[in-house]
Amino acid sequence: MTSTRTRRTRSQKTIEEYLLSEQQLEDMYYYMLLSRRLNERMLALNRQGRAPFVIAGAGQEAAQVGAAMALQKGTDYLAPYYRDLGMNLVLGMTAREAMLNLLAKRDDPNSFGRQMPSHWGNSARRIVTQSSVVTTQLVHAAGIGLAAKMRKDPIVVLTCCGEGSTSRGDFHEALNFAAIHKLPVIFYVQNNGYAITSRTDKEMPLENVADRARGYGIQSAMVDGMDCIAVYQTVKPAIDQARRGGGPYLIEAKCYRLWPHSSDDDDTRYRPKAELEEWTKKDPVTTFRDRVVSEGVFPAEDLQEIEKRVEEEVREAAQWALMQPDPAPEDALGFVYKEL
Amino acid sequence: MPEMRMRDALREALREEMLRDETVFLMGEDIGAYGGSYAVTKGLLEEFGEERVKDTPIAESGIVGVGIGAAMAGLRPMVELMTINFSFLALDQIVNSAAKLYHMSNGQINVPMVVRMASGGGSQLAATHSHSLEGLYAHFPGLKVVCPSSPADAKGLLKRAFRDDNTVIFIEHTANYGLKGDVPDDPDFLIEFGQANVLREGSDVTLVGYSGSVHQATRAAVMLQEQEGISAEVIDLRTLRPLDIDTVIRSVQKTNRAVIVEDDWKFGGFAGELSAQIMERAFDWLDAPVARVCGKDVPMPYNRNLEFAALPSEEDVVEAVLAMF
Repeated sequence: MTSTRTRRTRSQKTIEEYLLSEQQLEDMYYYMLLSRRLNERMLALNRQGRAPFVIAGAGQEAAQVGAAMALQKGTDYLAPYYRDLGMNLVLGMTAREAMLNLLAKRDDPNSFGRQMPSHWGNSARRIVTQSSVVTTQLVHAAGIGLAAKMRKDPIVVLTCCGEGSTSRGDFHEALNFAAIHKLPVIFYVQNNGYAITSRTDKEMPLENVADRARGYGIQSAMVDGMDCIAVYQTVKPAIDQARRGGGPYLIEAKCYRLWPHSSDDDDTRYRPKAELEEWTKKDPVTTFRDRVVSEGVFPAEDLQEIEKRVEEEVREAAQWALMQPDPAPEDALGFVYKEL
Repeated sequence: MPEMRMRDALREALREEMLRDETVFLMGEDIGAYGGSYAVTKGLLEEFGEERVKDTPIAESGIVGVGIGAAMAGLRPMVELMTINFSFLALDQIVNSAAKLYHMSNGQINVPMVVRMASGGGSQLAATHSHSLEGLYAHFPGLKVVCPSSPADAKGLLKRAFRDDNTVIFIEHTANYGLKGDVPDDPDFLIEFGQANVLREGSDVTLVGYSGSVHQATRAAVMLQEQEGISAEVIDLRTLRPLDIDTVIRSVQKTNRAVIVEDDWKFGGFAGELSAQIMERAFDWLDAPVARVCGKDVPMPYNRNLEFAALPSEEDVVEAVLAMF
């Protein structure tokens, strides 16, 4: 997103400390907020009976936006997982497209309504669609990385999963293969505390997914996934290093799933209320706002403008998307085989 | 036309395709220095180097998934899995990703990958190496399934597989690797998918097989002619997806009898699908119910006597034919 209007006076000093431009900091807030507001509207549409299924990234916006901003748009690949709305927005998905995807409309650029919502894919943006079987995209990412290396193409593949996916064999097979061949792949684990309903301590005996990197002989990092700036500052050097031939990197962003697993889940059956309250205080969108205001990066008026813009964009996108056509039944059988 | 064994014909196909198209590369367990469990890739590492002939970890799901990613990014990988039984470790990647990504992405992404694997009994490799499950892969829309029965077919079909924009499951019967036959050396020799081969013409009964079972059917046809004076037509399907059912139907309309020969288990197998299609399209021409001669309903045993007892034989085929008259 670029903004052409005149800016109010901002604190240059703080911006230099963050190692990010004004525009980047503004984009961070915009994309995080847009992701959250879209998710909220999606859930509302679900509760109104207009969208059968919602799976959201609430609580993971900082982890997603900060990491995606470190990619080269249109050059680097993203093999995302189903919570990565924030990443897709950074790479060019519009609010309207996100709503088309939710509602499985004909013009959804991700899949024409063939996939469940949030199974992102857009060839032009180098975002590859994925199976609902978790972790499978990590292996595909290794394959894309292998192709890049064989062609001496200086691109990087960022692939995402939750910490629950790190229990699967594909996690091991992907990291092992990428490590053997020193592939330009960033394995980005958004540790949100829950694998559907199971707490992390029921999934693995370690506290940190990042510790597993040692078993593959690759580098790893851990970052506060509720802090968008820290995420960017951690992911960017890993991407730069991978682009220069430094091989794969495992990054664990510690974040928190503020919502239930999906619109079909009731998290009160397994999540302690106090825990949720504690993490809600660390909400990545509101904490980012508080920080930039209190540190004087942006005047509050600038943020209010962004907020107004996002509200309007989301409202308009939902209203517009609801009126768009569904795919026609006669198109159900398309794209099973690609013929020469 | 030079005579060669099927394993050498397969290697020639790989070589020629790698020379023709620099995006073609090979991955698999023990395919490099060792030359493959069935010696199909022998010498290719020396000729093409490690970049294009990759030995991989023992990780079937991983190497198929890596193949999918490389294919999505524009390369044409061939992944070799030692046997069809081991391919089950990669079944999710094959079925839920390779076969579906083109559809799920609404045509944005396709997976032009060749997955080779060995199948079939008769080599004393027992229950977790030697089943014939071609029909299982044929069940999934989005996959093409190829199962050659001769050296020439193996070469022409494998070369054709690399020209396909979909994932091709290429299944080789272990008993066929050593078969000899004349193989065209024209680098443009291709066999189109979905074209069954009438191996032997006949007028009294149609025997349908593929891969290994074609040979039982052919031997049975000779026995029927010599011992019973029955003229059997033998059809080799060559590919199960796409399926050339028209050739089968035309034959059944001529002979009025059909016996399907298959190494796979009968229950829920591909022979059942063929039988149903014959009945749907040629019921009025049939003088007897379609018969199926298949493997016995047991995991493949190791001991030679036990293994042969579990596999369909030419005598079984003859018996099934005689019961129709």
